[in-house]
Amino acid sequence: MEEAEKKAPSVTDRYYTRWYKTDMKGKPCEDHCILQHSNRICVITLAESHPILQNGRKIKSINYRISDGCSRLNNKVSGKSKRGGQFLTEFAPLCRITCTDNIEYTIFSCIRGRLLEVNEDILKQPDLLLEKPSTEGYIAVILPKLEESKSITNGLLTRQQYEEVVSKRTAQQPKPCRDQP
Amino acid sequence: MLSLKEKDSPIVRKLLDAGCCARCVLRFCCVGKCSSYQLPSEDINKELLAFLSEADGEQSHGAAEQTQTEDPPCKKLKLDSAPVGQDGSSEASAAHTEPNVQSEICVACLGVLQDFCDLSYTKQVCEVVRKADYKFGSLVLAVSLPAQLSVREHSCWLHIKKEVKEKSMCLDKEDVVQVKDAFKWAIQGMVGKELGTPVLTNSLFEVSVGFTHPETEADCHFLATTCSDCFKPTKNKASVFTRMAVVKALDKISDAKFLRHYPCPPVRPASKCTPLDTTCLHTSVFIAGRYNKFSRELPQTPWVIDGERRMEGSVEELIADPLLSSFRADGFNFSSSGREDVDVRTLGNGRPFAMELLNPHRAKFNGAEVRQLQEVINASSDKIRVRDLQIVTRDAMGRMKEGEEEKTKSYSALIWTKKAITNSDLDFIANIKELKIDQKTPLRVLHRRPLAVRQRVIHSMSASYLDTHHFRLQLHTQAGTYIKEFVHGDFGRTKPNLCALMESEVDILELDVEDSVYVPLPTTLDDL
Repeated sequence: MEEAEKKAPSVTDRYYTRWYKTDMKGKPCEDHCILQHSNRICVITLAESHPILQNGRKIKSINYRISDGCSRLNNKVSGKSKRGGQFLTEFAPLCRITCTDNIEYTIFSCIRGRLLEVNEDILKQPDLLLEKPSTEGYIAVILPKLEESKSITNGLLTRQQYEEVVSKRTAQQPKPCRDQP
Repeated sequence: MLSLKEKDSPIVRKLLDAGCCARCVLRFCCVGKCSSYQLPSEDINKELLAFLSEADGEQSHGAAEQTQTEDPPCKKLKLDSAPVGQDGSSEASAAHTEPNVQSEICVACLGVLQDFCDLSYTKQVCEVVRKADYKFGSLVLAVSLPAQLSVREHSCWLHIKKEVKEKSMCLDKEDVVQVKDAFKWAIQGMVGKELGTPVLTNSLFEVSVGFTHPETEADCHFLATTCSDCFKPTKNKASVFTRMAVVKALDKISDAKFLRHYPCPPVRPASKCTPLDTTCLHTSVFIAGRYNKFSRELPQTPWVIDGERRMEGSVEELIADPLLSSFRADGFNFSSSGREDVDVRTLGNGRPFAMELLNPHRAKFNGAEVRQLQEVINASSDKIRVRDLQIVTRDAMGRMKEGEEEKTKSYSALIWTKKAITNSDLDFIANIKELKIDQKTPLRVLHRRPLAVRQRVIHSMSASYLDTHHFRLQLHTQAGTYIKEFVHGDFGRTKPNLCALMESEVDILELDVEDSVYVPLPTTLDDL
């Protein structure tokens, strides 16, 4: 089975480049993964090392309402040019996820661009986020500006750099991330 | 000969006096006989003189004119003086006056109907046409004139309006023969003779001649201040004084206001018109057919990212190249009934396409020749194959996009499953009929299409087992269904998808378009 998997790179491998933002906003291990399609569209997902995905944790709630005045669920785009979408900067929060242990995590945009859609399926089935974090459990889809499509990933890590960060982390800190407050 | 009436004589006199050329005089006398304009300028002048002398004789006011004959630069006097006392035998005297008449640039046509209605200009035009090397059976002449001719025309009209109305109350400005028409009447016979083809009012082959004049701005400037709303600057026009804008402004301006701002009759220009380059244009030819694409490394149209070419060649280029050289066309526009991804093959009957060939230097091909062209295309590459190639009308281009959603298409896909499968795991697939799926615009095209959820129907499917991780899936779907997304789910954005149906991660490794049913065009030609 593994052999078959190796023979055929997945859809994500074929069309997307993986970029990472580790320790988002200085919070240890809160790693994000940004999948950039060759057409510049970005899908924001949790990196596999994110505390939410560490063994056995459960999700209590997911909230796209990031402040009293702003909910990502109200985002609407129209036309080819995607008019009306909320414009996000790197540190714009996308949603807040609370685990059953009442620890709340904020998921960020990580890149500048126009919000096209958020994944409403994870509201009904939070387990999608845990089971398939890099596909059906995605957080949001963002369209960077055409002229910024190359530069938006400047501050992000490549897959290799990310793996180095994660392996260093485990070497220094034998305890897994999830145990940190 | 010139079909002038007695009541034309005051008009003729007034216009010659104002500095109009012989052909412009005929125009303002509303002479609609083409052959009158085809005479050499000198002959028309002579006839005008004869006509005036006859009119003078009848009105016998020769004595009054005679006193003025001492002033040579005044054309009116010269023309008038000729008949006086000489009557029928004015040959020598008339010939003597002509060079002076000719050397003055006409105030109405700025020389267009004086210096460019002769055989020498005609030969220049025809030489350009011959060099361009078109095959054509007829041609239409197109003439473009400097915008201020309309202003000068209007001024001349106001100058003789009273006399024209006296001639006949039915006549109006619209009855004056246009410079354009007079020019065509004068020249088209010679052009036809030179090129050996008829010059018609309608033809697929157009020869354009044109003239410019340096004083256009100066002559039109007053209109910009009096009718400013007619002259809005536009991006791709060098000057606001386009012919249409000037005509519109003249339509709006009152006679009194025009006369306050512009001399009537118009003043002598400093120079005559300059001819523009003669250009030729043949109407597009449209050719249609169906194509197969046998390669998974061939895009339908050139694939360019950030100005850089990705992958060699394209379907449209493989089809267009032999056609461009046979039709000797300047370029092409390609249209097809949908498109396939670079890695998708198109088998079966093939995908309908149509192509516009721009400015073809050769446009006529018979059935056998078109069949021969198809063979040339097919021999040039084994990546594509064309069938049913035929010459069609312009509508075919638009019809390519018709009914794209009503059509049904069949596909064949090679599927990989993460979970190990047996033959019987695939049985359920054949039982699925008319499956409605909701597809959000796939992420791979979302950058250039609006975000929407579209419902599509998978009419039927069948599967044939290959090995524990692979099977071949045949699909019969509504056109416009994104097959790849139906298989892998596109981050769960197509629902349901094959992953969900199979309860396993699945992926699509190869895809072929097998056939599209219900495509009205092009007509299927039976292979002989």
